[in-house]
Amino acid sequence: MARSSARNAHFSRSSSRRPTPARDVPRSPDPVSETIRVETAVHDTLDVARVRADFPILARMMGDNPLTYLDSANTSQKPRDVVAAMAAHDLGHTANVARAMHTLGAEATAAFETARATIAAFIGARDDEIVFAKNASEALNLAAHSLTAGLPGSGEGGHGLGPGDEIVVSIAEHHSNLVPWQMACQRTGATLRWFDVTDEGRFDLDRAREQNLVNERTKIVAVTAMSNVTGAPTPLAEIAEWAHGHGAVVVADGSQLVPHQPVDVVDLGADLLAFTGHKMCGPTGIGVLWGRRDLLATMPPFLGGGEMIAVVTMEESTYANPPHRFEAGTPPITEAIGLAAACAYLDGWGMAAIRDHEGAITAYALERLATVPHLRLLGPTSPQGRGGAISFTLADLHPHDIMQVLDSRGVAVRGGHHCARPLHERFGVQSSVRMSSYLYTTTEEIDRLVDGLRATLAFFKVGQ
Amino acid sequence: MDLQALYQDIILDHYKAKHHSGLREPFEAEVTHVNPSCGDELVLRLHAEDGAVVDVSYEAVGCSISQASTSIMADLVIGRTVEEGLALGEGFREMLEGQGKVTLDEDRYGDAIAFHGVAQFPARVKCALLGWAAFRDAALRATAGQTEDK
Repeated sequence: MARSSARNAHFSRSSSRRPTPARDVPRSPDPVSETIRVETAVHDTLDVARVRADFPILARMMGDNPLTYLDSANTSQKPRDVVAAMAAHDLGHTANVARAMHTLGAEATAAFETARATIAAFIGARDDEIVFAKNASEALNLAAHSLTAGLPGSGEGGHGLGPGDEIVVSIAEHHSNLVPWQMACQRTGATLRWFDVTDEGRFDLDRAREQNLVNERTKIVAVTAMSNVTGAPTPLAEIAEWAHGHGAVVVADGSQLVPHQPVDVVDLGADLLAFTGHKMCGPTGIGVLWGRRDLLATMPPFLGGGEMIAVVTMEESTYANPPHRFEAGTPPITEAIGLAAACAYLDGWGMAAIRDHEGAITAYALERLATVPHLRLLGPTSPQGRGGAISFTLADLHPHDIMQVLDSRGVAVRGGHHCARPLHERFGVQSSVRMSSYLYTTTEEIDRLVDGLRATLAFFKVGQ
Repeated sequence: MDLQALYQDIILDHYKAKHHSGLREPFEAEVTHVNPSCGDELVLRLHAEDGAVVDVSYEAVGCSISQASTSIMADLVIGRTVEEGLALGEGFREMLEGQGKVTLDEDRYGDAIAFHGVAQFPARVKCALLGWAAFRDAALRATAGQTEDK
C-alpha cells in the first residue's frame, strides 16, 4: 500500500493545520517578583497559543490555579481531532475488522488498515511492518517472547535462545524493557547483561567496550531510545552497529522518542521499535511494535487466537503473515484510529517544529531549575540532544510531598521512581520528581513549577 | 485543595523527629513493607512479651505522611497489648477509608487524629497506612512464632 494514501483518507480534518511562521512565544510578566528571571532566547517555530487551543483540558482551572500539566512523559493530553476521529468511527462505522463481511465491516477494516498506514508513514515504515499491541509494554513483551522462544528447525521460525546466549539491556531501562528480558532469561537460561550510565545519565559506551559487553554470545540488545527519567538520548546507531557486527537483534523502546522527534526507522539502527499511543496525543490501549519485515517474518507468534492464523485443524494451525500473525483476537480498532489521528495531528505541526519547541522549553527549564536551592538534577545538565523529561530531587523531601504542594497550585508532575528503580539506585536516590514537556508546554508553566518548588521549600521549612 | 488540612503541624513535627526510629533487638518478628507506586520502604521489628508490645523499632524511607504515621503508630502501640494495637489500627484504617465521615476518639488516638485530613486525599491513604499494615503483619507473625527477613 502506498504510504501517502493514508494521510488524506480518514483524517482530513487535520490537513488544514500547518506549521505557522516563526514567531516568538509571547510571555507574560513573571507572576512572582522574587524569583529570578532567566532570559533564554526561545527560537520557536510553533505557535503554542494555537496548539493549546486544540487541547480543551489545558484551559482547566484547578481550584484557583490554572492547570500546569508537566506530566506528558507519563500520559500526554489529547487534542480535539483525536477524540473526534474516535467518536466519528464509533458512532458511524463500528464493526469488527477482517471478519465482518458486511459494509460496516468493510468500512471498519478499511479505517483500521488506513490507520496502520498512517502510523507506518509517521515513522518511515512499510504498512506490514506495524504490529498493533495494547501498549509499549505489550509490544516489548511480544518482542521478548517471540525473539527468544522460537524453536530453530521447527519450521515456525524463531531464534531459540539458550544457556550461553546473552541479552544486553541498560540500567536506564523502564521496567517494561527490563522485566520481559529478565523473564526471557529465566525461560531460556540465557544471561542478562547491561550497559551502565555515566553520572550524567548518558550511556557509558567506553566502559561497555572495556567490558566487551556486546560480543559473539550477544543475541539481543534491548535498550531505551531515550530515558524516561533523565531525558538522555541513547547513541542507538553506534550501539546498533556494534550489535549488528555480532549478528545480534536490536530492540529499541521508543516510548519517549517517537512522540517528540522526527523518527525514520530506516536510519534509526534498531530492528524492532516499540512505542505507545497515550504518550503522543493518542488514546490509551494502543501500542505499536515496528519490526523490519524480514525479521518479523522469522518470528513465531506471541498470543494465539483469531485473526493470527491461516488454517486451523484440531491438531495444529498455520499462522498468518506479519503483521496479523502477532495480532490475535479483535484488536483495539478505535484506539488504532485514534493513534493515527494523533500522528496526523503531530505531523500537521511538524515533528521538527515540535522537537525544536521542546528543546527551547527544556533549555529554559534547565536554567530556571538551576536557580532553585537544594535541587539536584538527575541526568544531563546541558539541553543538547536531550529529551523533555527532567528529573530531580529537592533537599531530602519525598517526591510525594513535593508533588502534593505542587498539585495544590495546579502543577501536575510525577513523583516516584518512574518505573526505573535500578536507575534511581545508580544515582543513589530512592525516587525523584519529574517534569516533562510537550508541544503545548509554555515557559510560563516552567515559571509556575519553579515558583511551586520554592513554595515547597518554604512549606517544609527547608534551610530555616 | 487544603494543604494545611493534610499537613497538620503534628504530622510535620513527627516527620522532622521520628519517635522510636532505628532497628533494635530483641524482636520476634521483622517485616518489610513497600509502597510500589512511590517506592516507600519500611522495615519494622516487633518485640512483644506475654501479649504486650514492648518495642516497635523501624527503619523507613518515605514521605512525611508515611513516616509520621509510623512514628505515631509506634507511640500508640508500645505499652499496649498486641490485641489493643491491632484494634487501634483497624479503627485508624476505617477513619482513613471513611472519606472524612469517620472521626477518631482523641483520648484513644492522641496525635493520630491529625491524619483526619488525609482521608480527603485518596492517593495518600496508602502512605498513612504503611506503618500500621507493617505492625499488623508483624503482630500476626509474632503470634504465629515466625520471623521473616525478606
